[in-house]
Amino acid sequence: MFAALIIVFREVFEAGLIVGIVLAVTRGVGHRGSWIGSGVLGGVLGASLVAGFAGALSAAFAGTGQELFNAAILGVAVVMLTWHNVWMARHGRALAAEIRAAGEAVVAGSKTMAGLAVVVGIAVLREGFEGVLFLYGVVVSSEAGSGLSILGGGIVGVLLGGGVCALTYWGLLSIPTRRLFSVTSALIAFLAAGMAAQATAFLEQANAVTVLPQVVWDSSLILPDTSILGRALRTLIGYSDRPTAMQLCVYLAVLAAILLLMRAFASPQPLAKRAQA
Amino acid sequence: MLVVTMFGTRASSHAQQPDAVAISVKGHHFQPAEIRAPANKSIVLRMKNLDATPMEFESVSLRVEKVVAPGGEGVINIRPLAPGRYEFIDDFHQEARGTLIVQ
Repeated sequence: MFAALIIVFREVFEAGLIVGIVLAVTRGVGHRGSWIGSGVLGGVLGASLVAGFAGALSAAFAGTGQELFNAAILGVAVVMLTWHNVWMARHGRALAAEIRAAGEAVVAGSKTMAGLAVVVGIAVLREGFEGVLFLYGVVVSSEAGSGLSILGGGIVGVLLGGGVCALTYWGLLSIPTRRLFSVTSALIAFLAAGMAAQATAFLEQANAVTVLPQVVWDSSLILPDTSILGRALRTLIGYSDRPTAMQLCVYLAVLAAILLLMRAFASPQPLAKRAQA
Repeated sequence: MLVVTMFGTRASSHAQQPDAVAISVKGHHFQPAEIRAPANKSIVLRMKNLDATPMEFESVSLRVEKVVAPGGEGVINIRPLAPGRYEFIDDFHQEARGTLIVQ
């Protein structure tokens, strides 16, 4: 049971972090519950669907279908997060100042809500896929009795993942509203850059990207990817214990692109002046 | 300048054909549990899953995580490695363990 708990929790953990961040980002946006709920639901359905076709997916593209699929959906998530950040840079400053002015917030925030729901769906799909396969394998193979205990472990794992989500959310909400906007913008920029680096890793594993394959550093003895802290940092800022030069380049390029786009599209008047006016 | 050098190195090592290594998992055990491959050369692992349940080939030191469907085959590309022992497991059935020995 404990092994099942660990395996499932490990997968749910990263999705929990991302959902928690999205919840905090969208505080005050109307109907966000149903948006995010449908993202989670879509992700679970998608994970089951992908798990059902795992064989076909693996066999696609000369055995690298899984990697290419992962890279593609991560790419979509990067675009959605970038869009959200750029949009918020343009329209969000006023919102952050008067987030309680519900009417405006609902209209404004919901513009990119669909994009964020997609991000949630992708996070759940990606992490849920392995959990679904693992539990399916248990159900198929188990002798009576042990299966139930393992399923129980899986369920506790999912609940713990929900706990991570809640902790992330409440943690972010303890930040004063005025600062929350800059904090979440930064979080999302790092999240997107990290996802882009992970997508690159999948493309490298599929041999679709072969340039700059040198490993830049190896910190696997100090902070391995597989530890809980390593996993949290991988999700949040794209940490990797042995990144290749290509992953690092993509990471920095995406980070720079998001910051430049945010600056280029930023609202003409800074918040402070507008507040005084 | 640096970038050009990096591209150059890659191009020369890429010209070599990668070595293919076949391995299968049955009854949640790797067969063979010990595989060998040459150092500093790209390797392709063809991972056959002969069980009725999905498996996940996972190795921290090889940086690979790959789900293989029941009865399916996973193709795992491994970049040129330094000599040494690289452990791997089936993450879904952790009693299945194996080692890649690179010489």
